[in-house]
Amino acid sequence: MSAKDFSQTIYGKSRRGRHGYHISSRPTEAPRDIPREYLREGRIGLPEVAELQVLRHYVDLSTKNHHVEKDLFPLGSCTMKYNPKVNEEVAAMPGFAGLHPEQSDDDAQGALAVMHALEQALVAVSGMDAVSAQPAAGAQGEMLGLLLARAYFADRKESRHKVLVPDTAHGTNPATASIVGFETKTFASGKDGRVDLDTLRAALDDDVAVLMLTVPNTLGLFEPHIGEIVDLVHQRGGLCYMDGANMNALMGQARPGDFGFDMMHFNLHKTFSTPHGGGGPGSGPVAVRAHLEPFLPTPRVVEKDGKYRLDYQRPKSVGALHSFFGNFGIYLRAYTYITRLGADGIRRASSTAILNANYLAKRVAPAYPVPYGERCMHEFVATGEPLKKHGVKTLDVAKRLLDFGFYAPTIYFPLVVPEALMVEPTETEGRETLDRFADAMLQIAREAAETPDVLLSAPTKTPVRRVDEASANRTPVITVPMD
Amino acid sequence: MPYTFHTDDDRRAMLDLLGLKSEDELVQVIPEKYRLRGLLPIERGRTEPEVLRMLSRLANRNAPSTQLTSFLGGGIYEHTVPSAVKNITSRPEFSTAYTPYQPEASQGTLQVIFEFQTHISRLTRLPVANASMYDGASALAEACLMAAKITKREVVLVPYALNPRYLRVVRSYVSGQKIELKTIPTTDSGDIDATALHRELNDRTAAVVVQTPNYFGVLERPWEFEKEVHAAGALVVASTDPVSLSLLRPPGEYGADIAVGECQPLGNEMSYGGPLVGFMACKQEFIRQMPGRLVSATKDVDGRDAFVLTLQTREQHIRREKATSNICTNQGLLATRATVYMSLLGEHGFTELGRICAERAHKLAGMIAALDGYSLRYRAPFFREFVVACPTDADSVVETARKHGMLAGIPLARYFGASARNLLLVTATDRHSDDDFKALCDALKRASLVKVG
Ligand SMILES: Cc1ncc(COP(=O)(O)O)c(C=O)c1O
Repeated sequence: MSAKDFSQTIYGKSRRGRHGYHISSRPTEAPRDIPREYLREGRIGLPEVAELQVLRHYVDLSTKNHHVEKDLFPLGSCTMKYNPKVNEEVAAMPGFAGLHPEQSDDDAQGALAVMHALEQALVAVSGMDAVSAQPAAGAQGEMLGLLLARAYFADRKESRHKVLVPDTAHGTNPATASIVGFETKTFASGKDGRVDLDTLRAALDDDVAVLMLTVPNTLGLFEPHIGEIVDLVHQRGGLCYMDGANMNALMGQARPGDFGFDMMHFNLHKTFSTPHGGGGPGSGPVAVRAHLEPFLPTPRVVEKDGKYRLDYQRPKSVGALHSFFGNFGIYLRAYTYITRLGADGIRRASSTAILNANYLAKRVAPAYPVPYGERCMHEFVATGEPLKKHGVKTLDVAKRLLDFGFYAPTIYFPLVVPEALMVEPTETEGRETLDRFADAMLQIAREAAETPDVLLSAPTKTPVRRVDEASANRTPVITVPMD
Repeated sequence: MPYTFHTDDDRRAMLDLLGLKSEDELVQVIPEKYRLRGLLPIERGRTEPEVLRMLSRLANRNAPSTQLTSFLGGGIYEHTVPSAVKNITSRPEFSTAYTPYQPEASQGTLQVIFEFQTHISRLTRLPVANASMYDGASALAEACLMAAKITKREVVLVPYALNPRYLRVVRSYVSGQKIELKTIPTTDSGDIDATALHRELNDRTAAVVVQTPNYFGVLERPWEFEKEVHAAGALVVASTDPVSLSLLRPPGEYGADIAVGECQPLGNEMSYGGPLVGFMACKQEFIRQMPGRLVSATKDVDGRDAFVLTLQTREQHIRREKATSNICTNQGLLATRATVYMSLLGEHGFTELGRICAERAHKLAGMIAALDGYSLRYRAPFFREFVVACPTDADSVVETARKHGMLAGIPLARYFGASARNLLLVTATDRHSDDDFKALCDALKRASLVKVG
């Protein structure tokens, strides 16, 4: 990489001898009680900047982000809905934020009550029998699901090695299968973008432990034969896991437990309005049917006569996936959201999300066909294929959208749609915003035909223009070098 | 319903465009027999003040450690969180953004991660650090998986004094693979038994985990066995507390191949133990085996400095079943807080923090050791946490202290069985005054008088 001075990083602003924040009002001394052999020598190398400088630096950086409160964030599969402010107020309450996880159950009755109530609400939404909120994100929920399956089969003295996923599956599904020591077998989706029963039948054998299926799938489509799919797997003795990343389409409308799934995860940071934080924290609670409950991680929060406690005595448990009880601060936000919306609001939210996605699909389809089906659920996958004849790719459409002040849809996923543009508007967007976005998409299609260079050189209005990923991949520069 | 825009006219117009009469028709893609007719068994929606009232009532049913005098640690620590840190990360620009897949509209998040990586790299003295892991426990678990993959070996040696909550997670993570965990005992001084380590090391050993400070607060001397571990072809995986690295020898300088830890103490709330945020750093040669996201500095087409996600071919969305890990969403916002915290404290403030913690902890340890019947369990050096041997069982000490508004520490019997009945893990940080210490000592004195029957 060519010369880089890093002057715009916090390190570039550092001046020897400048102080930021003092912990102590008195001068401190090197520790006397720790022998030298244990101590580090010389400087750590952290920057030296004043408090206001730090604020200016990070406020300036913040302005270089797109975010939900700026404009539409149509990122498919990510459910970038509004993150209500009241959620943050609750999570910051000192009674919650100041709890140490090693405090006694008696000191944490309010927190345990929230954990319990959240798990019960998710039991209701899923139609399953029990929920463990412990996984820290969707992918860790998947991991828990597969650990449960492993423990379940071991308990039955069965050994099964395969996890089946359709080719539309999210990358975390096969990646999780590998971590848990399963072999992934991918099968092709049918012509309609859904599971083809014959293909599934052919892929099934007695070595299949789990079918992982996203419902609605990553094309935004419901599986009309969901009952038969689940039955086929059960008939061969396998378990069915539902990737619930797309629960924003289903909550209050239909329950995965009724489809026959054995287990599923939620992404609280998608469906239940907790902020994505630029890449987390999330939370990936797992719901299971009764036959898997004994294997859930510990501790479990249990209630008796209005008193709550953490229960570690579960001999068949798969253990733990988190240092403590999972992302409690995220439970607070999700639970706040659920109580605010209530059963009526939850149902209304999903139907509005579906309305918004269908409306937007209809509006952009003249320029960006939606290959699979008329009706989508909460998201749809369009293709930028028609623009290719102008020498323009989906990537260019995505970059041009940034110039209009929008974020881009998820692109090139799922893999079954060429030049994929996966759009999820969510229920918290209004018609004007959807129209503005659709108009931008249509204008971009016109530009592709008339002035393709505009797309090829986009974006021009963002803080930086297209960045050189290739050289970063060849010689990654991960840190500011020490001087 | 809150949080939506549509007027009845909007809905009507949208349905018209779709050629539909009602929204119900849209849900008909779900077969009839699965469609819920009524509402879920959840209460109906409430107004914001109603929700706030209900949740503040629940919050008030807790007795948070921040409102007591707390000496709890065990991996989660209460330090001063500067207002500026809280303020910056409450900005929606950071909190409501997504993973920076479109770099041109995500330079803020990308640069923050780059600075986080740099901070962690400097603390650990390892050249590579990633964008964050779920927590210190899963970071250690992933480090073990990574070491097994790198060495193509299957045994991981873990110290007896490892945080027991980390051990639980490591066990679950490796359970699906053919990886065996073996425990290396602790000496009577509280550190790794080097003789036992020597005995267990062989050509099946993928990694030796060293945690320093360990769960008992004791500082290890990994430099004494690092060469032997490497000579056996195994990796050294260090699990460490980033605050301790303000004073202590960094993992990169004692030959650690991978370093992991928990960044909650760097400006994040305790929040009943979650969300937390793990870090992972490693030697350059292992960068392609590393889990999680990495940000690289680069240029844009106009030659401007820019940042971008890099080496994504390691990750699940590209590599699928061959990915180095399944992690997708990580702990971005908490890493952001840790970044701002370290920038704000800087070289001076961070060193000061470490010094105060060490000074406070040693002062308290001295005061407790002077009490009748109390002593320090281990002689080995410590940083801000240590084990007290009580004249009675630690549970009753904790109970007595709690009656006086204090959380005296973690009774080790909780994790290490009945033989640890009298042992109490005590932490001191920059939050503690001499008065707090006096109050604890008074409570301990009282507890030693309580007869246990
Ligand atoms: C369909 C699907 N499955 C799983 C995941 C993984 O969830 P998380 O990022 O919370 O680990 C995602 C998130 O991007 C997803 O879209």
